[in-house]
Amino acid sequence: EVLSGVVVITSKDTVQHQGISLTMEGSVNLQLSAKNVGVFEAFCNTAKPIQIINSTIEMVKPGKLPSGKTEIPFEFPLQMKGNKVLYETYHGVFVNIQYTLRCDMRRSLLAKDLTKTCEFIVHSLSQKGKLLPSPVDFTITPETLQNVKERASLPKFLIRGHLNSTNCVITQPLTGELVVESAEAAVKSIELQLVRVETCGCAEGYARDATEIQNIQIADGDVCRGLPIPIHMVFPRLFTCPTLETTNFKVEFEVNIVVLLHDDHLITENFPLKLCRM
Amino acid sequence: MHARARNYVSESEVCKLESVPLDFGDYHPLKPITVTESKTKKMTRKGSTSSTSSSSSSSMMDPLSSVLDGTDPLSLFAAAADPVTTAPPTDGARRKRDKDESSAVGSDFEPWSSKRGEILARYTTTEKLSIVSGGKATTTGSAVSEKVRTRLEELDDLEEGSQKELLNLTQQDYMNRIEELNQSLKDAWSSDQKVKALKIVIQCSKLLSDTTVIQFYPSKFVLITDILDTFGKLVYERILSMCVDNRVSLPDNFSPESVNDTAKETCLNWFFKIASIRELIPRFYVEAAILKCNKFLSKTGISECLPRLTSMIRGIGDPLVAVYARAYLCRVGMEVAPQLKESLNKNFFDFLLTFKQIHGDTVQNQLVVQCVEIPLYLTLYSPAIDWILQCIAYHAPDCCDDALLLNSVMSAFRAEFIAARSMDFIAMIKECDESGFPKHLLFRSLGLNLALADPPENDRLQILNEAWKVITKLKNPQDYINCAEVWVEYTCRHFTKREVNTVLADVIKHMTPDRAFEDAYPQEKFLPFLDMFQKESVRVEVCKCIMESFIKHQQESTKDPVILNALLHICKTMHDSVNALTLEDEKRMLAALINGFIKMVSFGRDFEQQLSFYVEARSMFCNLEPVLVQLIHSVNQLAMETRRVMKGNHSRKTAAFVRACVAFCFITIPSLSSIFTCLNLYLHSGQVALANQCLSQADAFFKAAVSLVPEVPKMISVDGKMRPSDAFLLEFLCNFFSTLLVVPDHPEQGVLFLVRGLLNVIQDYTWEDNSDDKIRIYTNVLHLLSAMTQETFIYHVDKVDSNDTLYGGDSKFLAEINKLSETVVSQILDHLKTLGKEETLKRQSQLAHYFFNTIVAHGDLRNNRLNQLSVNLWNLAQKHGFADTKTMVKTLEYIKRRSKQPDMSHFTDLALRLPLQSRT
Repeated sequence: EVLSGVVVITSKDTVQHQGISLTMEGSVNLQLSAKNVGVFEAFCNTAKPIQIINSTIEMVKPGKLPSGKTEIPFEFPLQMKGNKVLYETYHGVFVNIQYTLRCDMRRSLLAKDLTKTCEFIVHSLSQKGKLLPSPVDFTITPETLQNVKERASLPKFLIRGHLNSTNCVITQPLTGELVVESAEAAVKSIELQLVRVETCGCAEGYARDATEIQNIQIADGDVCRGLPIPIHMVFPRLFTCPTLETTNFKVEFEVNIVVLLHDDHLITENFPLKLCRM
Repeated sequence: MHARARNYVSESEVCKLESVPLDFGDYHPLKPITVTESKTKKMTRKGSTSSTSSSSSSSMMDPLSSVLDGTDPLSLFAAAADPVTTAPPTDGARRKRDKDESSAVGSDFEPWSSKRGEILARYTTTEKLSIVSGGKATTTGSAVSEKVRTRLEELDDLEEGSQKELLNLTQQDYMNRIEELNQSLKDAWSSDQKVKALKIVIQCSKLLSDTTVIQFYPSKFVLITDILDTFGKLVYERILSMCVDNRVSLPDNFSPESVNDTAKETCLNWFFKIASIRELIPRFYVEAAILKCNKFLSKTGISECLPRLTSMIRGIGDPLVAVYARAYLCRVGMEVAPQLKESLNKNFFDFLLTFKQIHGDTVQNQLVVQCVEIPLYLTLYSPAIDWILQCIAYHAPDCCDDALLLNSVMSAFRAEFIAARSMDFIAMIKECDESGFPKHLLFRSLGLNLALADPPENDRLQILNEAWKVITKLKNPQDYINCAEVWVEYTCRHFTKREVNTVLADVIKHMTPDRAFEDAYPQEKFLPFLDMFQKESVRVEVCKCIMESFIKHQQESTKDPVILNALLHICKTMHDSVNALTLEDEKRMLAALINGFIKMVSFGRDFEQQLSFYVEARSMFCNLEPVLVQLIHSVNQLAMETRRVMKGNHSRKTAAFVRACVAFCFITIPSLSSIFTCLNLYLHSGQVALANQCLSQADAFFKAAVSLVPEVPKMISVDGKMRPSDAFLLEFLCNFFSTLLVVPDHPEQGVLFLVRGLLNVIQDYTWEDNSDDKIRIYTNVLHLLSAMTQETFIYHVDKVDSNDTLYGGDSKFLAEINKLSETVVSQILDHLKTLGKEETLKRQSQLAHYFFNTIVAHGDLRNNRLNQLSVNLWNLAQKHGFADTKTMVKTLEYIKRRSKQPDMSHFTDLALRLPLQSRT
């Protein structure tokens, strides 16, 4: 694709310059969360920004610009070096993928160079091929739970349901159904927790961080037994991107179905998701 | 005495009438006259139904509004106590909007605004309320408590961070506060603080998840949805204003294509923002509030959204909160897309599904904490349900749905709820389209509810009148009885005998003359219905009606277990009503009905089942002799049917079965009190046993009959009058003797054991002094004896060897018979002598003639003694002038005619020796 636009220069009088250039940069910034820094000190080196794209073009040769408003149109082909992949723009907590366009006007020694930077967003093209739906059925009972300290103290319950697909199109909501078939204790709330998992890593090790990016309540109070409750969650536009997996970092998503019982038992069932753009 | 030898075959050839070919299949002289009567049936049915009057033109009032009309004491009280609620805070804009709304769905749709005031007036509380609010409303200085601070931390921070939980508000304060919130929403909006406005709305809708002070909830709902409406309107108008291109605003029914991208993007942003609201209830309400904005995005947006929001409500655990959420969705849905009925219905059905929650622990605990009783709690539902139903019912495309809903309402709700509103329900039912869901089912459902719970005292009679008016018009008897059975119970509960009688009379009228009962009784409720007839006499009457129509209309026999069971029950009821005081006529009638039923039962080739049915019937109906008689006949018939099926050759199994049948008869007969019935049945059953090669059983029957003869009373009661029994006895004995011809002798008993036994009994029987019956019988015995001397008997029972085969004309056997004959003849002659007195001469003449005829017919007149005897008898008959000359002449002519036949030449001599006495 081509990045196109105009550079607008407004001045009262004629401007002397040593040339105007445009630079396009794209980089991945990996940050380590505080808790991981100590453990992976050596890792810091590898966590430097990874450049994805970097190219400069000369727009105007050194010379003068007339007074008033000058518009200089430009077109910039988005081309990757070699076989590198152009990732989608993404702003996470620990992973940032950012694309910027910088316009530099070099000037004589007397005056400072003028620089203007502007971020542009890269949306990947829809992936080709059909997305295969991958429905998941689940059943949650005290027996299916892991990490239970006192299984005996758990109230009995049976929750069944399904997700229509764990392969999700990012613009479409996550859908499914959930049925509380039985539960000894009253249900307080059922929530869908969308979790983003960012992993930064290299040969030395990796840092994995999960962030809750959205929490949607789908049931409030002691719901009717045996009645299917819809699971419906719209993916927040700013905080999600297609699932990304590279050698250095990963951005993945998971959804937790959280059932909160009245005796403050918290039951969580985790489903990894695969998001993509269609 | 010598019997002449007979050749029965040639004799019958000679004597036979000219045979006329007959088609037995179609015509039988004894067959009852049947009329094909499909046409008449129809006519009668028509006639009976047109008798009911129609007067359902009572004025219709709106069922929903009438629930909440002014007579409600609660609202009266509230109106008096709280002047503000009588004038709910409706500003001009709101009123105008309501007008707009209702114009979208048509002016006949009762708008929300009219409900609003009613709800506010009705659901009031004196308890203290609390509110969490943000915005400017917080200037009222109430101390920030510890609780408030913790709440503060929990809550999402409003921009101003100034929300407080205000405790101890009176209802009026609360309402003011909400109105303030409404105002601050508008302010925030106009000062372009869109996010703040959204937060206010979210905060407000959060209040709806709080059900403390539950009795105020409906009013709270009203107040808060006002805010939501305001918000929805603001958002809609804002986006609409963005669509203004070239100062031309969009037409009312714009299409999404004509909306520019900015407006679309803004709209989409709203939806995304709302979609990320954490809590379910605010998310639901806010999205519902801006439902209309879907119009900007796509044509199908609303129709996709509504079902989704509908199912989203399933996540709301508290049934009260959920039902109000549904009411709100219906309200918004009706405003925006009144044509989308499916979600309305779905809402309602979902509600029905969750209705059971009301009796769940969670709700009950809550009620206990708040000290709210169930009836009060249930009334909190009614505004929401009424509203949902009103939406559903409004211009329902076909009333089928409508009625269906009504029906599910009636079956799903607690009976008390329905009962309290039964008048409304009746009105609604009457309004329903005839072509839709069957009305009788609706009435039935209503009746079921009323049987469980009592409607208001004042309405009771009217309810019955209204309902019965419709029920009585039902044409289909099955529909009718379905309704009636339910309503009878209601009538019994609340009314006096008079009403019950009226109702029952109507039931009977419907079900008696021309109703096809066979359709009605398989209903499982049919028997319980019968049981409701408390008074035995009435119940028996009803049973009789049922059986009459069954017998009349049942065309073919049945083996349907349900029918059998039901009818057995009915018959049992009738049978059990028989007691010592029952009239003979009554008994006879009941018996005839039961017999009619028994005759209609057929298990086809399953003979054993049939027999066990008879056994069961016997145990049930043991007090009605005619039924027992019928059963014996039926069993006999069954045995013969078995024989027919086996073509006379019984297998081991069928033989055993037939013996079982015979045994049934044998043990049943003695329980009958009428002696002649017994005798005839013994004889009949004996014949059946004989036909089925059950020889010893047949013997037993005949022996039993013989031993019963001495007990025959002189007088018996026939049709209520006492009559001498001799004629009957004579007839029976003749019949008996005819049967005895073919009964083979028992190998261990003497020759002609049964005949001798019977003769002894006759001899010992105390006959009427001046009767000649004994002699007539003796004469007839001579017929038998003569038949017995023949080489081949005149008739046989198939597969049974009679004495002719057994003895093969053995001379000893013949000698026995001769001895017997002589004894009998001497008895006759002795008797004739005793009749020599003046007053008995006529009898003597008759008897002599009778005897003479017998000898001529059966005796071998070549034997001189016999010849002489006959001449003597002839003379004796004429001796005293009592003989009927005509008969004598005819007899003589007969003898002369006989003499012309071959081997009958000796008759010529005889004729010459028989002088005909002239009258003079």
